Amino acid sequence: MAETSAFTLALQLIGAADPVLVEIVLLSLRVTLTALALAALIGLPLGAALALARFPGRGVAIVLANALMGLPPVVAGLVIYLVLSRSGPLGSLGLLFTPTAMVVAQSVLILPIVVSLTRQVIQDLWGEYAEQLRSLGSSPLRAVPTLLWDGRFSLITALLAGFGRASAEVGAVLIVGGNIAGHTRTMTTAIALETSRGALELALALGLILLGLTVTLNALAYLLARLDRWGASVP
Amino acid sequence: MSAVLTGPVQLRRAGEASRPAPASILPLRLQGLGFAIAGKQLLDDVDLVLEAGRRTVVLGPNGAGKSLLLRLCHGLLRPTQGRVLWSDNDADGPARRHSLLFQRPVMLRRSARANVLHGLALAGLGWHDRRERALAVLARFGLADLAERPARNLSGGEQQVLALARAAALEPEVLFLDEPTAALDPAATARIELLLQLMARDGVKLVMVTHDLGQARRFADEVVFLHRGRLIEHRPAGAFFSAPRSPEARAFVAGELIW
Repeated sequence: MAETSAFTLALQLIGAADPVLVEIVLLSLRVTLTALALAALIGLPLGAALALARFPGRGVAIVLANALMGLPPVVAGLVIYLVLSRSGPLGSLGLLFTPTAMVVAQSVLILPIVVSLTRQVIQDLWGEYAEQLRSLGSSPLRAVPTLLWDGRFSLITALLAGFGRASAEVGAVLIVGGNIAGHTRTMTTAIALETSRGALELALALGLILLGLTVTLNALAYLLARLDRWGASVP
Repeated sequence: MSAVLTGPVQLRRAGEASRPAPASILPLRLQGLGFAIAGKQLLDDVDLVLEAGRRTVVLGPNGAGKSLLLRLCHGLLRPTQGRVLWSDNDADGPARRHSLLFQRPVMLRRSARANVLHGLALAGLGWHDRRERALAVLARFGLADLAERPARNLSGGEQQVLALARAAALEPEVLFLDEPTAALDPAATARIELLLQLMARDGVKLVMVTHDLGQARRFADEVVFLHRGRLIEHRPAGAFFSAPRSPEARAFVAGELIW
């Protein structure tokens, strides 16, 4: 019955808003949301540009972005570790084992997802819109913001996929963050550590919160898309 | 019919008359115009002059090259042979003075008003002018009550009126129409035709592709008849319908199935 009591303890931890728990959750959210914002800022226009621009090497770029969606987090972590370590090219910045390093790692992991999914969405939209927009005087470049806005609901799904990957991964943040208590300990690294130490209640509590967050975000996105459709039929 | 309008349709407002009128882009001259793709000659050696004023209807069976002709004139496609010559070289500039109304216009996923605003933004109008002109155009086309509705939720007829308003807001000198009522019911068709007649009366040159012989008779001042990518006849509507010269046109006007 150890699992049952651990489960009860986990709920108690959540109910009491245990300070260690809260700190870990807030840090995780800060890191992942910052990484997501960064990836969106770069990935949305980049994906749209990749959908509309015609240049030599475009096919290679698309295949590369698609392939990087499956980049193993530990490999991403290793590469960023090498770049940020003292003897690495950006070692002088002293970023290794900081939340910033984790943000960089997660951004690198999310960016290919945002770029690839955005390219697909925008390319399909452009197929439908191209003649009309060109008739109205739009160049492909000028069409980028138009298409991003018109594809907004599909693009939210792309961003959610990015959020999912970033919030769920352990390997990259563990390597570049170091899982330092009170400094770089995130939900996933804490779960891994606490489970291996046998402290199941904190691990379970964090797992529940992580699941709850993911479900809540997806529900919000779903409602947003529904609201738009409802709003459409209101006179 | 007047019930469909909230007021007189005037596409050029009084205040704008004082603006120095730019040189007309008409007549439009097509010289040896041809278009081939993958070795198939879809349009071949079309010589045609389209003058201001007269409403032109482009007729012909499926695959005759009617829509292709409009797209070449409008600049959506580049001819593979010959030339499209506007009288004013500026016609294809950033604020071009010809528009195209598609059979199935694409509505942006935003409000009716925002659709008109977007067209005006692409034409380079400033923030304030855009808003003013969009409001005026929506009112003139009887869409004021629908202005804030998502455009994609309007009926097919309303969407086509909105597309017409979006095109008219750009104050084109020439409006190309690619079977604008083919997907509409009779009531919506009548509304579109009325709005088009009013635009024509205000001096917009209309060039319409249609399959509908009845519509062509109601509408045309002159007929351009295409068959298998070639220009067969270009004559005043009365003469064309009462006494078509070519056997193809005779069969087409008689309602026989030709291709």
